[in-house]
Amino acid sequence: MKKRIYTARDIRGLKPRRDLGVPGTFPYTRAIRADLYENRFWTMRLFSGFGLPDETNRRFHYLLKQGETGLSVAFDLPTLLGYDSDDPQAEGEVGRCGVAIDSLEDMELLFSKIHLDQVSTSMTINGPAAILYAMYLACAKKKGVPWSKIRGTLQNDCLKEYIAQNTWTFPPVPALRLITDIFAFSARHVPKFNTISISGYHIREAGATAAQELGFTLANGFTYVEAGIRAGLAVDAFAPRLSFFFNSHLNFFEEIAKYRAARKLWAQTMKRRFKAREEQSLKLRFHTQTAGCTLTRQQPYNNIVRTAYQALAAVLGGTQSLHTNSLDETFSLPSDETAKLALRTQQILAHETGVTQVVDPLGGSYYVEALTAGLEHQAREILNEIRREGGVLACIESGWFQREIARSAYAEQMAIERREKIVVGVNAYAEPDEKSALHILEVSPAIEQKQCRRLKGLKKKRSARRVQRALDRLQERAESQQNLMPSLVEAALSNATLGEMTRTLKGVFGEYEPPTVL
Amino acid sequence: MSLRLSYSKKRRIPPRILVAKLGLDGHDRGIKIIAHALRDAGYEVIYTGLFQTPEVVAQAAVEEDVRIVAVSILSGAHKVLLPKVVKLLKKKGARDVQVIGGGIISAKDAERLKKQGIARVFGPGTPVQEIISFLDRELERS
Repeated sequence: MKKRIYTARDIRGLKPRRDLGVPGTFPYTRAIRADLYENRFWTMRLFSGFGLPDETNRRFHYLLKQGETGLSVAFDLPTLLGYDSDDPQAEGEVGRCGVAIDSLEDMELLFSKIHLDQVSTSMTINGPAAILYAMYLACAKKKGVPWSKIRGTLQNDCLKEYIAQNTWTFPPVPALRLITDIFAFSARHVPKFNTISISGYHIREAGATAAQELGFTLANGFTYVEAGIRAGLAVDAFAPRLSFFFNSHLNFFEEIAKYRAARKLWAQTMKRRFKAREEQSLKLRFHTQTAGCTLTRQQPYNNIVRTAYQALAAVLGGTQSLHTNSLDETFSLPSDETAKLALRTQQILAHETGVTQVVDPLGGSYYVEALTAGLEHQAREILNEIRREGGVLACIESGWFQREIARSAYAEQMAIERREKIVVGVNAYAEPDEKSALHILEVSPAIEQKQCRRLKGLKKKRSARRVQRALDRLQERAESQQNLMPSLVEAALSNATLGEMTRTLKGVFGEYEPPTVL
Repeated sequence: MSLRLSYSKKRRIPPRILVAKLGLDGHDRGIKIIAHALRDAGYEVIYTGLFQTPEVVAQAAVEEDVRIVAVSILSGAHKVLLPKVVKLLKKKGARDVQVIGGGIISAKDAERLKKQGIARVFGPGTPVQEIISFLDRELERS
């Protein structure tokens, strides 16, 4: 029997000052700021990208005009993996699940007529994150925007790629070096950029439970902190720019408790284990995306409702930024119309529901506090288990994470098949003859050739000598222990392509062979 | 196990199926669930792993002597890559091998793929039982 009533007995062990703090004070369980959402809502940021850079640029302008307050770039798979559009591996994939970016020229088209000092940009890029970051910095430079003024977030979280999302480019050890190079470089030159977005989102989408999402993500976070310290950085020099990214799934209160437990665990560990002193190093700031895996193809309009509840949980949990999924994402990438509706879902939440008037309105609820303590406890157990298994890298190598996630995913699917778990429109209230009348976004098949032609043109007009010099220097730097960012920016400015830079680095770093886990 | 006894469980020799991830798409939650469920239902499952080309998938299908190839693709590259598998299978003389697909594929694309020889496209949220029943029927027919 599930417990149905929570009382003061369930939070007997809770010491409000020690465990909760008031919003804005350690351990930040309730919120990282006392004035959360008072002067500024969360950043409304829709993950967008398809086709050619100019098409995605049009979508950016459209969404900004509709009231979006931050940009978020979805790259296509070749870009995510470090291939140019004309690579044989890229066949059929160019511009399909995101925008194709091969060079600085494409990056400039992507941000055409966008003021990089006025809007923050999130880039979902991991394996070749340093390269795309270099292109972004080069783009800012060419626009005359000082790096000290640009704001945004680089996802740059390779560990979860090996664990769940599978878009890695290099093996784990050099990948960690690239990441700490970004930490060090940004601390000096790009102080307002979030250098990483430590992501539970994809771990959850792959099938993990809320507790696993929390435990695995924090374990990855601590691994990055250790790597930064090992690379010789002071914890307070880079920790303030670490950020997080969580899923918002359907179990409403559990999700809210998850965000609260995450803040507490991060703050405590940063203080106790890593001896961080800056307040900014202790505060867990996070982006949220509603759970794509909960969307159904059946009765797609139901997805609007699911997304709205999930967005509400994220806001009650104190998110700093939010992406809401579109109703048509089980069919294709969102259309203008459905993306707008997803944005409106956030705007209604912010302006009409009143939920932003009080910080952490559920703080003190017997149930939510008990859930928060419970998730904290479960996450600690998971963190201990990972430690016993030899740490995050050992667990990646042995396939431990992948097995744990696959087991949870299978259990959930079986619960749905047995109807222990109800999915409206799928295993209950189904309409077998339903016909969908959605207007689906079509990405033209011609764009692949178009992008390849543009790339060919670029290679003709750029200075081959300058490119070669930049790539040679990049290789030298990769072979040494020097920071790679300056030579990547130089290579980007020379119009070296993503594929060329990736191949140069692979030549030094090698490739990753994943364990096959089934 | 909750799944109904599969037709394949009643056979002495378990039928073989190749499950494959095609292209650069790393979304493997679905394919792993399908592979696990098919195994529980009595199939012998061969999984290609991630990032396979149509050529590798078609060759594996021939070498492993399977009747069915189940391809998962969520990246939108299905329009190009799925018909290629069918074509390559024909070229290799494996005309009786059926290709089924699953992923983020619109109804319009699914129609087109059907004309190009893909036996069936399953959308997101399809019950595993439905897929197994389909495969059982196909195997019984052949």
